[in-house]
Amino acid sequence: MLLPTLRRLAEMIFVMLGISIVVFLIFFATPGSDPAARIAGRNATPETLAQVRHSFGLDQPLPIQYIKVMEKLFISRDLTSFVNRGQKVIPAVIEATPVTLSLVLGAAVIWVIFGIWVGVTAAATRGTVIDRGLMLLGLVGVSMPVFWVGSVANLITQSRFHDTWLFHWVPGLGYTPITQNPWLWFKSLIIPWMTLAILYIGLYGRVLRANLVEAYQEDFIRTARAKGLSETRIMFRHALRTSLITFVSMFGLDFGALVGGGALLTEVVFDLPGVGRLTYQALQNLDLPFIMATVMYSSFFVVVANALVDIAYAWLDPRVRDAR
Amino acid sequence: MPADMPTPADLLLDVQDLCVSFRSERGTIRILENISFTVGQREILSIVGESGSGKSMTSLAVMRLITDPNAIITGRIIYKGRDLLQLDARAMRDLRGREIAMIFQDPMTAMTPVYTIGWQIEEQLRAHQKLSRRAARARAVELLGEMGIPAPAKAATRYPHQLSGGMRQRAMIAMALSCNPSLLIADEPTTALDVTVQAQILELIQRLRQDFGSSVILITHDMGVVATVSDRVMVMYSGIIAERGPKPLVLAQPSHPYTLGLLNSIPPMHGARPRRLPSIPGSPPSPTGRPAGCPFQPRCDFRFEPCGTRPPLFANGEQEASCYLAEKGLPDWPHERAIRAEGRQREGAAA
Repeated sequence: MLLPTLRRLAEMIFVMLGISIVVFLIFFATPGSDPAARIAGRNATPETLAQVRHSFGLDQPLPIQYIKVMEKLFISRDLTSFVNRGQKVIPAVIEATPVTLSLVLGAAVIWVIFGIWVGVTAAATRGTVIDRGLMLLGLVGVSMPVFWVGSVANLITQSRFHDTWLFHWVPGLGYTPITQNPWLWFKSLIIPWMTLAILYIGLYGRVLRANLVEAYQEDFIRTARAKGLSETRIMFRHALRTSLITFVSMFGLDFGALVGGGALLTEVVFDLPGVGRLTYQALQNLDLPFIMATVMYSSFFVVVANALVDIAYAWLDPRVRDAR
Repeated sequence: MPADMPTPADLLLDVQDLCVSFRSERGTIRILENISFTVGQREILSIVGESGSGKSMTSLAVMRLITDPNAIITGRIIYKGRDLLQLDARAMRDLRGREIAMIFQDPMTAMTPVYTIGWQIEEQLRAHQKLSRRAARARAVELLGEMGIPAPAKAATRYPHQLSGGMRQRAMIAMALSCNPSLLIADEPTTALDVTVQAQILELIQRLRQDFGSSVILITHDMGVVATVSDRVMVMYSGIIAERGPKPLVLAQPSHPYTLGLLNSIPPMHGARPRRLPSIPGSPPSPTGRPAGCPFQPRCDFRFEPCGTRPPLFANGEQEASCYLAEKGLPDWPHERAIRAEGRQREGAAA
C-alpha cells in the first residue's frame, strides 16, 4: 500500500513538471508574439519592456528562461504584475487560496451528503414517484447555471427578502476569514455553498443512482439477500460501497477543478476574493503574470486531486491494490 | 414403501404446485408450471435440466429471492410446517442464511469484491447470532478450516479475487454453512470449477449431511454430478417436471425420453468408444414459445398422437414421469443407436 502510494506521488511530480513546461512554452515560446510586450501589459513604456526583457532573461535561450520563470514562481516568489504595478503575484494567490478552499470544501460537504442521499433514496425507491421526482429535481439542478442561481440567491437574500425573518441574518457580500470570526465566516458562506452544491447534488445523485441500480443486478447482492441481511445493510454495506468507486473519482476531479479556479463564477457573483476571482480579474486586465500563475496553480490542483483519487481507489477496491 | 423413503414427519421441505410467471407487455409468461417436490431430512435432491429449464428459478422461489415486482408466485412452499410464501419479509429474512442457505455458480461474482472472505462470513454469523467480532472471526476461521482451506486464519484475511476458484467456492460453502442451516441450496456449485476441484467440492457437499446434518438441493445440468452425489433426482424441462424419483431407479431405467437423452450424452466409461456422442437435437423452447401439449415433443424421437395434450405425471412405483410412454409401466427403450438411426431416417424422409 505504501509503495504504490509513493510511486503515484512521484508520478504526480513528474506530471507537474510536464505541465509547467507546457504552460511556460505557451506563454514564452508562442511564435510571432513578443512575450515581453504581453507581460508588460497594454501601453507599456520602452523602459518597462526593457526591464521585463532583462528580468525574464528573454535574450537568453529557452531553458534559461524556463528556469528563471520557475525561480520567480516557486523560489523567490517575486513575480510582479505590471498592470497593477508592484503587486506580487504569488502572495496574492496564496492569500486567495483559503477563500477558495473555504468555499469549495463547504460546498463539497453539502454535495456529497445530499448527493449520496438523493442517489440512495432514488435507487431504493426505484420506479416509484419518489425516484422520478428526485431525478427530475436532479436534472433541474444540473441545468441551472451557477451564476444565475447565485444572482437569484443574492436577489432574494440580499435585497427582496433580506428584511424578513427568514434572511435578515444573511451578511453582506464578501468574505470573513474563519480565524477572525468563525460564525460570520459560516454565515457569509452558507448561501455560496448551497449555490455551488446544487449542480453537483443533481449530477452526483443521478450518477450514483445509476451505479446503484447497476450494482443491484450483481450476483453478490443476491448472495447478500440469501445471507439474510437487511435491505438497509445490503444498500449501504454492499451496493453503495461498491458504487462509491465512480463517485470518488468524479469527486476528486470536480474538487480539484473547483479549487483550481473552477468556482470562478460563484466567487465573482458572491464577491469572494478567491483564486477564481483573481483569475477573472487577471483575464479582464490581460495581466499575464497573474494568468500564468493561476493556470499553473489550477493545473497543479487537478493533478494533486487525480493522484489522491488513485490512492483512494486502491483503498476502496482491493482489486486495484493488487493490480499494481 | 421402502424404508429409505422419507415419511411426512421427516419432510424438511414440501413444495406443492409452485407456479412462477411474469407479467409482461405480451401477457403473462409462465416460467414454472406446477412444480411439486419434497426434500427429506439429510437428503440430497438433485434438480437437473438444461439452461432455461427453470431449475434456478425454482431455487430462487424457495428462497423467495425473486425480487421482480412483475413476478407472480403461487403454490405452497412448506418448510418445517410453515408456508414460506405466507411469511412476512422480516420472518423470511430471518430464515434466509440461518435455516436455508444458498451457494451460487460463480463465487467470483457472488461474493462482494471489496470485503475479505472472513469479513463476509462474520457478517452472516452476526446477522443471525449474538456474537462478538472476535468470536465471529474465530468461528469463520474454524469453518474455513473445516472446508479444507489450508491456513484458514490467513485465508480469512484474503479478498475473493485473491483465492483460486476452488478455494472461493469452499469459502462460499463455509459462509453458507456458518449458521448451521437445515437446508442448503447449491445452484450449479461446480460448473465454474475444473474437474479435479469439482470432485473435491462434491465430496464436501456429500459430507455435509454427516457433519452438519444438512439436506441439500443440488442444481446441476451435469448427469455425472447427479450420479455422484444425489439420493433423488428431479429432471426439469421447460418449466415442468419431466421425471422424478430415486436416483438409482432413474439412472438405471429412465422413464422420460428427455432423461434418456441426458443420460445418453454422458460418455460411457466401459466398452467401445462411440464415434460421436449422441445429443438431443434442437434447443429448449423459450417460455413464450412453448408448444401446446408436451413441451419436449418437438425434440422427441418417440413423439406420437397423445403428445398433443399436456401429459400428467404418471407414477411407476416411486418413479414418476410426465410422458405418455410411462402411462402403462416403465417404457422399454430400444437400443440407443437404433433410436438415433431411426431418428436420422425420419429426418431424411422429412427432407
